[in-house]
Amino acid sequence: MPFSQVIFYLLAVLTLGSALLAVTSRQIFRAAIYLLFSLIGIAGIYFWLQYEFIAAVQIVVYVGGIVVLIIFSIFLTQQAGEQLPKQKIVRKLFSALAVFCGFALVLIQVLNHDFGVNDSMVNDASVATIGRQLLDVDKSGMALPFEVISILLLAAMIGCIVIAMRNRTVESIPGSETQTN
Amino acid sequence: MQEPGLYHILIVSTALFFIGVYGFFTRRNLVTLLMSTELILNSVNLNFVAFNKYLWPGRLDGVFFAIFIIAIAAAEVAVAIAIIINLYRSHKSIDVEKAEEMKY
Repeated sequence: MPFSQVIFYLLAVLTLGSALLAVTSRQIFRAAIYLLFSLIGIAGIYFWLQYEFIAAVQIVVYVGGIVVLIIFSIFLTQQAGEQLPKQKIVRKLFSALAVFCGFALVLIQVLNHDFGVNDSMVNDASVATIGRQLLDVDKSGMALPFEVISILLLAAMIGCIVIAMRNRTVESIPGSETQTN
Repeated sequence: MQEPGLYHILIVSTALFFIGVYGFFTRRNLVTLLMSTELILNSVNLNFVAFNKYLWPGRLDGVFFAIFIIAIAAAEVAVAIAIIINLYRSHKSIDVEKAEEMKY
């Protein structure tokens, strides 16, 4: 078995195994750490596909940003050592059944469909190409979505600040509950 | 055993998607629901990148879609965590069952 094949299966097992642990672990902090390993496995699959830039983005944004944010929110909202309450076995059973049926259905569709795989491996996904096409205003350029995303990020940032601030101003000024609702 | 190709990656991403859906069905804590959402978004990203690699190798549209999805996911997680922490301040709990009144 060639080496790259072994690496792919290892990455797949890492991703799926830690994802499964992330959704079943009853300690929420461990679930976050398992999610971290699952995201690292996906970044490894991107590396295996030779899309280095998107793998780096995955590691920087997901592993370095989102998981850290989730861990912080766990620290802020959860008592240490507290376990999540046990779920009803009936709910688990029916969820597993529904998920398995959906998985089988999608898998049958995917495996029966002929995608017409293109074997000409002319892959140019270097950072220079991606950057040039991202800010291009030509026919295949992505300048407009890029600007829309930047507006969205700005709106999300302002929204976060507004959501996080409103409660504190009411609490910090004693006696102001009568003026502000 | 054949060389891993498009179908292998599609199987992995399908499994990842439905693991996320399972977490969404069984969990009752808002932070863990958010983690399930991340798994689902990642499986979609994997699909986009794999289709770009194996079906249209000369173009980069799938990569751009993946980058935009990552950016939107980051914004979404930031807003969701702000809401969750605000909810915890007012209700002292982030359980889905206890957050049924949608007002301040």
